[in-house]
Amino acid sequence: MRARAAVSWKKISQMPSKVFGKARFGGIFAAAFKASVPVLLGYTTIGFAFGLVLTGAGLPWWLSPVMALSVYAGAAQFMGVGLMAAHAGIAEAALLTLLMNARHAVYGLSLLEEFSKAGKAKPYLIFGLTDETYGLLTTVKPPTPADQTVFHTIITGLNQFYWFLGCTAGGLIGSSLPFDTKGLDFALTALFVVLLVEQMKTVKTAAPYLLAIASAILALIFVSGRNFLLVSLALASCLLLLFRKRIHQ
Amino acid sequence: MIRYYLLVIAVMTIVTVFTRAVPFLFFSGRKPPQWLDYLQKFMPPAVMTLLVFNALKDVSFAEAPYGLPALGAALITALLHLWKRNVLLSIAGGTAVYMLAIRLPL
Repeated sequence: MRARAAVSWKKISQMPSKVFGKARFGGIFAAAFKASVPVLLGYTTIGFAFGLVLTGAGLPWWLSPVMALSVYAGAAQFMGVGLMAAHAGIAEAALLTLLMNARHAVYGLSLLEEFSKAGKAKPYLIFGLTDETYGLLTTVKPPTPADQTVFHTIITGLNQFYWFLGCTAGGLIGSSLPFDTKGLDFALTALFVVLLVEQMKTVKTAAPYLLAIASAILALIFVSGRNFLLVSLALASCLLLLFRKRIHQ
Repeated sequence: MIRYYLLVIAVMTIVTVFTRAVPFLFFSGRKPPQWLDYLQKFMPPAVMTLLVFNALKDVSFAEAPYGLPALGAALITALLHLWKRNVLLSIAGGTAVYMLAIRLPL
């Protein structure tokens, strides 16, 4: 009897709208939506640009919403379009995605405890852990601590929905209008510049930037353009670990 | 060709999910090692620096317009971001400047 009660409670706790009632769920949804508005603006526009770049590269438009639902990663998706347009190998695509998204591997570290309470939502929360979603989940507080999982799940879902909308609209419009997209892929360069400026505001030690510049110069001299990112990233990681004791202080 | 595209997308999806799941697969229940903590802090600035290099490395500096559209637009993006710190504005502004600059008859 007790075991049965425990099971049903577990089930109920994973069906928030039924437990909380519509009003309570509505309140959490409103708070989550409000928190996600900056991402709404960013994801719809960058997603739109992605759709235009994808169709501009000669790929079928529907790959844009497909990638929004599956890959769901901004910079890696842009890179993926470049890889597919150049008919790159599968292993190369895997390795470059790994290197580009390796930064995500550290995001979860600060969410281990929160997500351990998330039950059935946990896989989706991990799947949807983009830079911006991570930023929101770690800074915005739910209305009450008990609502945390529902709040996090709604934010993650809304963010992916915005991205999906942008990518779909960009793909459709890019494929139907004769739009001169030449130079639009500079958006990706601009995105990296912005991320670099953000890093410089948080990490003020010069060493990682200098080691990266040294690695970049070495890689530019000694390897062909195709292998630049791979080699320079490997080099920079080695140098960072090598000078660990000195930088850490 | 469609099969090739879908294969690339599938592989990219699996790898991306893997990178996001790493801490939950390996460190739930125990403290992550110190070197990972160190990399967590200092790897992102290095990666971003290299991604900027990577994005600009195919610009040709030897012939007109000597890479000025790309370098100028990158600089404007950075300045916009230092000024307003609005991601959208910085990206849209920098990209618009670039798209205009490469169309100028110089």
